[in-house]
Amino acid sequence: MAALERASGLEDLQAVITGLRDTYQIDHMVYHWVNSKGDQYGCGTYSPDWVTRYIEQEYLRIDPVILGCYQRFHPVDWKRLDWSSKAARNFQREAIEYGVGNQGFSIPIRGPNGQYALFTASHNCSDLEWQGFTKQNRRQLILLAHFFNQKALEFEPDRVPEASRNLSPRETDAMTFLAMGLNRAQAVDTMSISEHTLRVYIESARFKLGAINTTHAVARAMSRGLIVV
Amino acid sequence: MIRYLYGDELDTSPLLQHTMFLDRADQFKTRLGWDVSLEENGYERDQYDPLNPLYVIYQKPDGTHGGSMRLLPSTGRTMVNEHFSDILEGGEVRSPFIWECTRFCLAREAEPRTAAALMLAGGEIMENFGVKHFAGVFDARMIRIYRMIGASPEILGSTGEGREKISVGLWSFTNEARQRVAQKAGVSLALSKLWFERAFGSDTIMISESA
Repeated sequence: MAALERASGLEDLQAVITGLRDTYQIDHMVYHWVNSKGDQYGCGTYSPDWVTRYIEQEYLRIDPVILGCYQRFHPVDWKRLDWSSKAARNFQREAIEYGVGNQGFSIPIRGPNGQYALFTASHNCSDLEWQGFTKQNRRQLILLAHFFNQKALEFEPDRVPEASRNLSPRETDAMTFLAMGLNRAQAVDTMSISEHTLRVYIESARFKLGAINTTHAVARAMSRGLIVV
Repeated sequence: MIRYLYGDELDTSPLLQHTMFLDRADQFKTRLGWDVSLEENGYERDQYDPLNPLYVIYQKPDGTHGGSMRLLPSTGRTMVNEHFSDILEGGEVRSPFIWECTRFCLAREAEPRTAAALMLAGGEIMENFGVKHFAGVFDARMIRIYRMIGASPEILGSTGEGREKISVGLWSFTNEARQRVAQKAGVSLALSKLWFERAFGSDTIMISESA
């Protein structure tokens, strides 16, 4: 996460994604994006041979992952996709030969102005192992996918400034009380809101701060001077 | 049955699409008198429908619309953030784990179980897509209906008065709430899962494979 935060150009993202792949101990992680002008950018750990093959064969047109994720916003286990056509089955066999893996989990992201990205984790293992992996890591992978996209958007040369990532007054309050060491029940009392609403404020603040958990979010809010304790 | 359709898939079910946008006009314009504009064909469609939202639709046995809701991720453009920021005290809700739920609509004479079936579908989305909360925009009548089916949102605030009153609220979904709602919907959890998997595919592992 820290490496992702420090990344100052697209070339850094390649190192970050390789590191993440190693951390999660899976075969591959890939991030790919397209904007409304059709510009593309990708980084990831697939073999160069596979990438070349994929582009040459224009697999974009038959890849069930692309077909199943394009214009969507829900995360997808590859098992849920339609692999029934002959073209799709051949494609899958070849992908496995090139080491992509027989399992995958893809997260589509819709950015501003028609920007679209896909973040994928893939691996070679049994269904049961993969189910365990995705169950344990789904939440983190979804967060990583969005942080990657935010970072990649920052590097867009003529990007339109994004909607403010400022914390709302209630989010600031929630972060401040947690930073002061109040537990959730105390914060709920002080703010006169329910536990449920507090969770939403924390969740939203955490995402805006690019933090992986609440402690991390509080630390970031403090270091950026967003809250005063 | 419950259908899950993205905007670009609505054309595959023309009757369902047609009756949904007409029922929305009937609910939001005719009955509630909200300041929404209708298209020439009588459809109620707003600026968020072209964003390819995910519609969750209760389809009646005759193929027409019984009720529906519209979902969008809060990381993109949402009605809550663009129009109800004052209710959120000047803030925006943004997280990949929070989706917006708007245009919750029930056809006239909709069976009482319709709303419950839609909520149950919302639960499937939460469980399968890792969504933790829905932030919703709804009318006053819906608050009573939500309470009746045992899935009350927490109301953050409201604007307007009487039938024009519009509220913003939050849902999460506990397992107990899910059981309760399934009962009200008269739909088993197994059937609910089947409807979901018809739309999104199955990730169920075959016993023979995992043995």
